[in-house]
Amino acid sequence: MIHSPYIRKPASVQRVMGLVLLALVPGITAYALKVSAGILVNLALASLTAVAAEALMLALRKRPIAIAVTDLSAIVTAWLVALCFPPIVPWWLTMLAVLVAIIVAKHLYGGLGQNPFNPAMVAYCSMIVAYPALMSQWPAAGSLSFDTQLGLILGGARDLDGMTGATALDALRTGLRSGASSVEAVLQGSAFGFFGGRGWEWVSLGYLGGGLLLLATRIITWHMPAAFIAALSLISGTFWLFDPTRFASPLFHLASGGAMLAAFFIVTDPVSGATTPRGKLIFAAGIALIAWLIRSFGAYPEGIAFGVLLMNICVPLIDKKTQPRVFGHRRRDEGGWR
Amino acid sequence: MSPQQFRDISYNGLWKQNAGLAQLLGLCPILAISTSMVNAVSLGLATILVMALANLAVSALRNFIPYEIRIPVFVLIIAALVTVVDLSFNAYFHDLYLVLGIFIPLIVTNCIVLARVEAYAAKNDPLSSTFDGVMMGLGLVWVLGLLGAIRELLGAGTLFSGIEMIFPSLSAWNVFGEDYPGFLIAILPPGAFFALGCLIAAFNAINTHLAARTHKRPPAAATTTSQTTPAERAEPAEPAPAG
Repeated sequence: MIHSPYIRKPASVQRVMGLVLLALVPGITAYALKVSAGILVNLALASLTAVAAEALMLALRKRPIAIAVTDLSAIVTAWLVALCFPPIVPWWLTMLAVLVAIIVAKHLYGGLGQNPFNPAMVAYCSMIVAYPALMSQWPAAGSLSFDTQLGLILGGARDLDGMTGATALDALRTGLRSGASSVEAVLQGSAFGFFGGRGWEWVSLGYLGGGLLLLATRIITWHMPAAFIAALSLISGTFWLFDPTRFASPLFHLASGGAMLAAFFIVTDPVSGATTPRGKLIFAAGIALIAWLIRSFGAYPEGIAFGVLLMNICVPLIDKKTQPRVFGHRRRDEGGWR
Repeated sequence: MSPQQFRDISYNGLWKQNAGLAQLLGLCPILAISTSMVNAVSLGLATILVMALANLAVSALRNFIPYEIRIPVFVLIIAALVTVVDLSFNAYFHDLYLVLGIFIPLIVTNCIVLARVEAYAAKNDPLSSTFDGVMMGLGLVWVLGLLGAIRELLGAGTLFSGIEMIFPSLSAWNVFGEDYPGFLIAILPPGAFFALGCLIAAFNAINTHLAARTHKRPPAAATTTSQTTPAERAEPAEPAPAG
């Protein structure tokens, strides 16, 4: 159904998407308990918007509505959007982002299976470009009561200086820019836990667990998560060994931001990613490289979303150059264009 | 020149061969300057002026320009006219001139100007050539204006911002009120591509719809086949260029 070579068991889109949702549950649980319960409101809001937008676009395109709405693919997109966003963004920002994901990034390109770009990442990038301030207001883990968060989501006054804290990646960047002596000095701050952002380590662990479930059920193959994690560790590790005062450790990079969510749930998007085994390795490693470059030298705190979109553009080329040899055919001359 | 000819030229310029939506010529200013309606329309009007004058000049000189070197000569004529427009903008609308900046001199390189000179003015009489330049330019202006309005409305929640640079007594209109947060990406380059893509899709959809309706009409079915002339096809329902 999803990845070549095709497995024989009939796997419906609904089953695949359902399992992806199920695999997200551990991460979401940790998120709600350790960081912010507001995420649950955002998830519900995003899901409703996504299904409504999906139905609307299918009706406009004169396609069968019931099948496509119940295949859960829109809800997966909605959950990924909500999980990438700060849990206290105003309600209209979540809705706008989901509309961008479903209408612009998915249906304008032809609907499920046709979109060249990962819809959730298109939504994330549009919103961080359009509303950089709102998109960088993260609550310090576990600091806000649920009522306060609900108020912020529903449009309460955003007097946030006392409430929000920087994310681990943000704090590291600002710390290093403002002349902190080393990574170690910055990491003493309150935003940090054992090896990532405080509270966020548990969320990352939850995503990791869900990802292993996806691997075990063969919804995803090992190539993309492995290549992503390996490439991110390799490049951050190299620079960390070279100068540990200016570059954060691989463990920090893996546990911070959306690295684990990306490795198992975002990079592995079956529609917009590469499809050949070697192609998957290149695709995921490329994302890790771009993400590390943006995290370390770029203007935005998190670079995975941009990495995904940039590598999405390269997918046709990657797939073309990594086509496996078909049994019985000789390998084409290396390097030539077909 | 017959009224029919005028109608054909108008229909071509404003709709059928619209520079922005059908020929996709001159995308550089369309995408770069359509961040607000006033900017877009101002640059469009400057382009109309250049196109009309360039078509007139080339058409009048068409029998004296050696065929082999016609393109350099066309470009020289266009460049001279653009310099005139550039200096006039600087003199009369100095604030606007500062905003539009490099894009006024860049009208020289706008393909739509050279394309009309080469495709129309070099082969037709001065009167119809000038009219063609004006109509092609107007076709560009309404697309530019609409695109600028969409991007400005979504991105900043205003319309006509910057109008005071032309009419000092007027000011911008805050459509959504003061606390509209602004959808910044509509004003940034990606917004230009998305908005133009949607406009082109709408343009094609309207054309398909019109063609289907023309086909269905039984009395005209004998004459109105798919090979109808533009004017004939325009008759049943002249699409409103306001989009």
